[in-house]
Amino acid sequence: MQNPGNKESLIRFIEQKAREIRIDIVKMTAKAGSGHPGGSLSAADIVATLYFGEVLRVKPDEPDWPDRDRFVLSKGHAAPVLYSALAGRGFFPADWLDTLRQLGSPLQGHPDCKKVPGVEVSTGSLGQGLSMAVGMALAGRLDQKDYNVWVLLGDGECQEGQIWEAAMAASHYKLDNLIAIVDHNGLQIDGRVRDVMSIDPIDDKFRAFGWHVFRVDGHRVDILLDVFQQALDIKGKPAVVVADTVKGKGVSFMEGEKDWHGKAPNPGQLEEALKQLQAV
Amino acid sequence: MDQPFERSKRFRSRACHANIHISIEKVIRMSQMKATRDAYGEALVELGRQNPDIVVLDADLSSSTRTSAFAQEFPERFFNVGIAEANMMGIAAGLAHSGKIPFASTFAVFAAGRAYDQVRQSIAYPRFNVKIAASHAGITVGEDGATHQALEDIALMRALPGMTVLVPSDARQTRLAVMAAASHDGPVYIRLGRAKVPQVYPEDAGFQIGKGLVLWPEPEVPGQFNAVLEEGRVFDMAFVACGITVAPALEAARALEKEGIPCLVAEMASVKPIDEDLLVKIAKRSKAIVTCEEHSVIGGLGSAVCEVTARNHPVPVAILGINDEFGESGSAEALIKHYGLTSEHYCEVARKIVSGRQ
Ligand SMILES: Cc1ncc(C[n+]2csc(CCOP(=O)(O)OP(=O)(O)O)c2C)c(N)n1
Ligand SMILES: [Mg+2]
Repeated sequence: MQNPGNKESLIRFIEQKAREIRIDIVKMTAKAGSGHPGGSLSAADIVATLYFGEVLRVKPDEPDWPDRDRFVLSKGHAAPVLYSALAGRGFFPADWLDTLRQLGSPLQGHPDCKKVPGVEVSTGSLGQGLSMAVGMALAGRLDQKDYNVWVLLGDGECQEGQIWEAAMAASHYKLDNLIAIVDHNGLQIDGRVRDVMSIDPIDDKFRAFGWHVFRVDGHRVDILLDVFQQALDIKGKPAVVVADTVKGKGVSFMEGEKDWHGKAPNPGQLEEALKQLQAV
Repeated sequence: MDQPFERSKRFRSRACHANIHISIEKVIRMSQMKATRDAYGEALVELGRQNPDIVVLDADLSSSTRTSAFAQEFPERFFNVGIAEANMMGIAAGLAHSGKIPFASTFAVFAAGRAYDQVRQSIAYPRFNVKIAASHAGITVGEDGATHQALEDIALMRALPGMTVLVPSDARQTRLAVMAAASHDGPVYIRLGRAKVPQVYPEDAGFQIGKGLVLWPEPEVPGQFNAVLEEGRVFDMAFVACGITVAPALEAARALEKEGIPCLVAEMASVKPIDEDLLVKIAKRSKAIVTCEEHSVIGGLGSAVCEVTARNHPVPVAILGINDEFGESGSAEALIKHYGLTSEHYCEVARKIVSGRQ
């Protein structure tokens, strides 16, 4: 990986990578003819910061390195954002991205850890990633390893009861090697999270469950870099970053539109999306 | 690094290469293609107008499960509980306990899998009158892949005492099954699909829980579907199918007849309770049975058929479905071929059984 000298250039570098990830997302889903661009685009800056901001300590040529930081994409439908980041870091050849969702491709519609180097666990059934992350954090502590476990949740996903069972366990076990990020884009499939089944106030809920809570703009790479460092510094309890995002971020006609949750752009829409993303 | 893909490609080349004959018949049928989930959505609205006690629950998939039409017409009787399937089943149980007739919908993988214990403890054990209408069952979910493809839901639901399990083959039968489920007192699991499927269920056939229907040979007296079994005819092969596999089973039977292999096709949407009488008659009149389903070969229709034949009249049974593996991403059409849920594959298996015997 490139090693940008100072923070300013690191931020520019991450922003550039986030742009590339967004381009991959719209291209991949367009080629596949299906998939989830909305929730992938909303998470692009978060995932770019983790993978290209020197936050995650991983070795692409040794994906099972025992001391690596773990990243769990609990909202597994956002697979394209993860696939793009992993390909960008060299976990697998970039031409795999063209095979997304095709019969025989390692790049399944939802991430399959048996098939893709760098994918820690198979996800897609929402609400299960935080529990697995708790298990990884407990194992790290047992083994006296200093790796951290990061997990990305959807805001709709936080309606699953299992999230709160895991949240309770994480603080009970004082897992300060566990950091959750909520992609707080305000939308799920059937509409606004607030209208379908409100999770508000999400900050207070996590706080009541014993977590340290950060609330940030999930599209500001500079802020994300800082807050991730602060989250790592929290001791004695798990930390959650509630990142306010826009679903479909970066493509005007997808932004804030629930219908772009699980629909691929057609060729005309792809062209328009690429024009916008490349112009930035 | 790119080995997994290469491996799968090689594997794929072994899958059946179907010759696609597009007959006029097929074109007509294709023009009437409709997904069973669409028929479910319409039937719910119809039911809602008839009976104010019908209530509907969904877990953030109302546009996919098609409960959205009911939600629009009867917003006060529709509960979108968010992404919380276990909670949905519990709420449905409570609604049923207090006199409502709830239809709870989500994808089959979440209804039967994720919320299994809630279905078992809160619905099946107290025998509450909850209808679980689960869409996106089987591999025809397509590109979303294994996490979303329920291949063991029939097995799970069938194992629950008192649970009725219905797997309709097309839109018309779905409507009838939903109506029958609403009139039935007790828990029902209705398995629905995402993909558009051809019309196969006869217009002049009713639907009764616990009854199967011989669809081929076609009845000589209209409406007397199962009469053919009283005539003393013997069949080389009997296909017993449910869900989307009824159509290819019928196609296979027609093709095999032309080759001089007399076949029978029975649909068995009522996987539980299963039509024992009909199955025993079929077993007595057939040299072998092939069961077809969009489900694991473990615990589904094939197992249900074997349980009946083994007890009453053992005959060789070939169980066709998904062979004890998870599904994967791909288009519905590609997956149907990959897993051999095609008339070509059914013919191949039937021919092998018949020729092996001679
Ligand atoms: C257990 C489970 N229930 C339902 C679904 C279907 N589903 C896929 S994505 C989604 C909405 C997710 O909303 P959110 O968590 O807010 O994700 P985002 O907005 O970031 O895409 C649903 C209901 C699922 N994948 N898993
Ligand atoms: Mg969301």
